[in-house]
Amino acid sequence: MDITIIYYLIPSLIMFCCGVYGFITRRNMIAMLISLELMLNAVDINFVVFNRYLYPENMEGMFFTLFAIAIAAAETALAIAIIINVFRSVKNISASDLSQMKH
Amino acid sequence: MDYSQFLAMKQEIGLLVLFLFVFLYDTFMPKHALGCIGKVTCLLFGLFTLYGFCPSVIGDGVVDGFSGMYETSPAIVAIKNILNVGVLIVLIQSLKWTASEHQVIRRGEFYELLLITLFGMYLMMSGRHFLVFIIGLESASLPLAAMVALNKHRYESHEAAAKYIMTAVFSSAVLLMGLSFVYGLTGSLYFGKIASAMTAASSVNVVMLVVAIAFVMSGVGFKLSLVPFHLWTADVYQGAPTSVTSYLSVISKGSAAFAFLVILWQVFGTVYSLAWEWMLYALIILTITVGNLFAIRQKNLKRFLAFSSISQAGYIMLGIIGDNAMGEAALMFYVLVYIFSNLAAFGVIGAIENNCGKVSMDDYNGLYKTNPRLAVTMMLAMFSLAGIPPFAGFFSKFFIFTSAINQGSIAIYVLVLIALINTIISLYYYLLVVKAMFIKDVDEMTVASFRSAFSERLGMWICVAGILGLGLVSWFYDSLLCVVGL
Repeated sequence: MDITIIYYLIPSLIMFCCGVYGFITRRNMIAMLISLELMLNAVDINFVVFNRYLYPENMEGMFFTLFAIAIAAAETALAIAIIINVFRSVKNISASDLSQMKH
Repeated sequence: MDYSQFLAMKQEIGLLVLFLFVFLYDTFMPKHALGCIGKVTCLLFGLFTLYGFCPSVIGDGVVDGFSGMYETSPAIVAIKNILNVGVLIVLIQSLKWTASEHQVIRRGEFYELLLITLFGMYLMMSGRHFLVFIIGLESASLPLAAMVALNKHRYESHEAAAKYIMTAVFSSAVLLMGLSFVYGLTGSLYFGKIASAMTAASSVNVVMLVVAIAFVMSGVGFKLSLVPFHLWTADVYQGAPTSVTSYLSVISKGSAAFAFLVILWQVFGTVYSLAWEWMLYALIILTITVGNLFAIRQKNLKRFLAFSSISQAGYIMLGIIGDNAMGEAALMFYVLVYIFSNLAAFGVIGAIENNCGKVSMDDYNGLYKTNPRLAVTMMLAMFSLAGIPPFAGFFSKFFIFTSAINQGSIAIYVLVLIALINTIISLYYYLLVVKAMFIKDVDEMTVASFRSAFSERLGMWICVAGILGLGLVSWFYDSLLCVVGL
């Protein structure tokens, strides 16, 4: 059996949709962060697969993925730092507790 | 590799040197010398702003570097200079706040993060490859999240930072997904190569193309706070320290608008009427209308300015529709005027907040009796934002409507008509502030009479000069128009 490009694209799309769903429904901020990581990783898969199957003559997608991974790591580090700050201030990391500013 | 290509990045290198200097100064200077780090930064940034106007920096045509990944031209230098002027005003206005008791320990970080976000915005506007663009976008938005969280002793600052970082990461994930589709369709990430491959791709798979462009537009729309993606704006603007809010609302928005213009026309320009004309129309109408309607019911002035800035972003987007030199010049002029008007308003809010901590609109009742100068400054800012004739805001709106109407289709006429009607709605809520300050009579003044610090007054004087001068002196718009044509 040939593994064609579609076998990679469907799981990556499912991953992305799971990420969006989790980001919207989860109330714990760490869980929201995990959902975001899922979305970013789905993007990485997409880039690598498009590069490997459709445009193997240059490595543009692979390099973009490397940079995207590094950027995602930076984002996570910063988000966790902010979540720790929030925890120190309200002793909780539930997103539904962060709604004092709504008028 | 040809290292002389780095010489094309004159402003980026200058900013990096400035950043390194501030960083080393903050790290290694003795404690008593740190007291003037704000003034040193302002002074050096002022010199750097002047440096941007040197003929050798401006150049006389489009210059490519790094096999087309980086581009500079007189127009790009001009928008960078406009942003520099805005950043200079923000730095001056923030001097008092960074010297306050709670901030003193972190003031170095404020300046360093601010300079590095500006660096990211430079890359975002000059990048002609999506990798450079994404790196610029991220280094512009991630340090901003840290800046929003800078006020460690206030709960609102944490809430705002958490909301900002979550939406920022979500939007960049959506944007990256769109880019992966664009890459799959065209096989390149260079703006130029994508544009030439786009026509062939559009004949093969229109649905995929529309999906990809929708993802990219919503990703950038988050940064610009266009309407379906604006939900973070009000909370973040309210919770962030006022200096950071003013930076977020003018500089970050202005650079994102220019980058959006570049991406839409240089990358997706060939499929305009096929794929994204209607998306842009819908975004503009929604942004202007919803921003206006929500601004009416706000009681907190920072939230109020957040919704007003959402609707202003809609007007800025009108400049993108006019696909010509005039549209680009009108957009840059709008950003310039918007910088002065909005920073004047934030200057007044910041001065009053620093003095007595009041930000609610009711606290501004009778401000003219106690602080007439602040009240007049605020009034000029509101008139300019609303677009009342002798002030700069009228001319920026006029140019942007003209550039859009020049397209000459019925749809555009309807769009501009809706925007004009919205200008009248916006007049109502901008004048509410003026009414509170001048007409409302109260027995007990909430804001006592006070004298604001020299730095705050200096920032406001620059803004007032801009509001009064920019519209009447036609040289600014004419020179932008001739710079864009180069």
